[in-house]
Amino acid sequence: MIKLQNVEKVYRTSSIETLALNNINIDVKKGEFVSIMGPSGCGKSTLLNIIGLLDAPSKGTIEIDGLKVEKYHDKELAHLRNQKLGFIFQSFHLINDLSVVDNVEIPLLYRESNAKQRRELAEEALVKVGLSNRMKHFPKQLSGGQKQRVAIARAIVGKPEIILADEPTGNLDSAMGNEIISILQNLNENGATIVMVTHDDAMAKRTHRLIRLFDGTQVL
Amino acid sequence: MLANYIKIAWKVLLRHPFYTFITLFGISLTLTVLMLITSFLDHLIGAHYPETKRDRTLYIERIVMQDSSRQSMMSNSMSFKFLTDYAKTVKSAERVTIFSFFNGSNAYVGSQKIKLNITFSDADFWRVSDFEFIEGKPYNEQNIANSDYVAVITDDFKKHYFSNSDEPVVGKNVEIESINYKVIGVVKGSPITRPYTHADVYFPYTAPKSNYQNSGMVGNFIAMILAKDPSDLKAVRSEFQSNIRKIPLPGNQDGFKYGVLEVRSDPYLENFVTTIMNGGPGLKNIFYGVIVFIVLMLMGLPAINLVNLNVGRILERASEIGVRKAFGAPVKTLMWQFIVENIFITFIGGIIALILTFTIIQIINASGWIAYADLTINLTVFLISVFVCLIFGLLSGVLPALRMSKLSIIEALKA
Repeated sequence: MIKLQNVEKVYRTSSIETLALNNINIDVKKGEFVSIMGPSGCGKSTLLNIIGLLDAPSKGTIEIDGLKVEKYHDKELAHLRNQKLGFIFQSFHLINDLSVVDNVEIPLLYRESNAKQRRELAEEALVKVGLSNRMKHFPKQLSGGQKQRVAIARAIVGKPEIILADEPTGNLDSAMGNEIISILQNLNENGATIVMVTHDDAMAKRTHRLIRLFDGTQVL
Repeated sequence: MLANYIKIAWKVLLRHPFYTFITLFGISLTLTVLMLITSFLDHLIGAHYPETKRDRTLYIERIVMQDSSRQSMMSNSMSFKFLTDYAKTVKSAERVTIFSFFNGSNAYVGSQKIKLNITFSDADFWRVSDFEFIEGKPYNEQNIANSDYVAVITDDFKKHYFSNSDEPVVGKNVEIESINYKVIGVVKGSPITRPYTHADVYFPYTAPKSNYQNSGMVGNFIAMILAKDPSDLKAVRSEFQSNIRKIPLPGNQDGFKYGVLEVRSDPYLENFVTTIMNGGPGLKNIFYGVIVFIVLMLMGLPAINLVNLNVGRILERASEIGVRKAFGAPVKTLMWQFIVENIFITFIGGIIALILTFTIIQIINASGWIAYADLTINLTVFLISVFVCLIFGLLSGVLPALRMSKLSIIEALKA
């Protein structure tokens, strides 16, 4: 489902060159739940951003569902993100000016769908994460755990095959964190391929497989 | 999608009331100034009471004589005889009127002095213009032939001169410059901004002090030629010019030897601009001042707004743009979002401007600063104003979106 070959990421400034990722080779099968672990600054988030087509590698190839994306332009990448990928961020990244249901609708705005369909799908996604009673609320009225559940609803509303989660429990207490991992596990059991960055061993143990990075190099 | 954009735009407006105030203030002030200036220009140049036939009228205002070497020049209004010979004889015209430019005069009510403007005209003056007679009728060819001491006065003058202005005054006398005239008609006046038809009292040209009998080419008369149709203006103009070319050259006017003679016959706008451009440094400065003011108002304030929008939005909404891009928004779609938001804000500014302009126009019309002022919000003027504002709405939407499109998703999400 996700295939990275010889991926390298170098950040260059006028005076310094930093190798953030070095010769990464990953193959995530359809329906897998994979976690990426490693110390701070080892390149976990960079790797996830490259898998999510939010950033381009300096070298190497990426395949998403059999599609080689290195020659894709902005429009094609945007389309692929919209159709195949769903993102969950550590700091939620909800739009405070929009209600919960409007936030969840965002991925659908960039697809061919009418307002009624969008509303139905968004409500359905919110029911799945247990927030059917908070649809008209605004992000500022929600707790951290509720915000992350809205973010999950937004990630799954377009029924993407891949969900990418960047430390989804990082800003939550352990109870809330467990709840979020349970939702992700449930999504995985229903067919979603999930790649999650985490620094929490307990959370990582609940996934199928672990990829460990150290100083930009894959060690496991 | 559109509803989503408008929701966001509305929330952004509500988020920072002061920022919103500055933005809307800029947009609405720009539109208000634009609408007011255009409304005033329309008042000056457009075809309005009592000059409703401006679209088919030619104005003959001055004769310009130059010596053969074009070193010295003489410019003046014309004699009644000159205009009778060369303008009144234009056969392709529907009608030609000869009249004087208004002059200051005085009248007395008891010991109180009333300053007024007077005009001398022929009977066709009332046919070329469209004055509304509140009382009585205009003087005609018979009154002129009889050299009757009659006058048409404005309702405003009537109010000032007669103690009981509710009573009809036709048949009563007015004493102006120690001469008694019988009031033959009362008209709704023409504002001073329409100088060809403006006066407080109108006399037949045969009335005393009109100097209509001057024999030379120069005098104190001007003319309006009314064509049958706007499409005839060219032919009428051409016939008048061929009349003028019949004047033998070189000639002598009051001791001034001229080798070049020019009498323009222009439509109102052309005549208006020519008058301003030849009107000496004072008028020219005002004209250029107005242009600079319009340009500053049109360009300056929206530009400040643009900067305001750029900075404010890019800094505040980077994260939102990052999220939208991550979930599949192409750059073009995001640009549209900004454009729609800006058009929405522009429309709010437009509505405020419309209310402001309407209020200011009502105040000007009612204040008496310009007697008989009839400023209006012309639909064309409004649509042009909105169009200009939309252009700025587009620009102020496209620029931040373009800048935002250069930001990587990662950078945007980190902001």
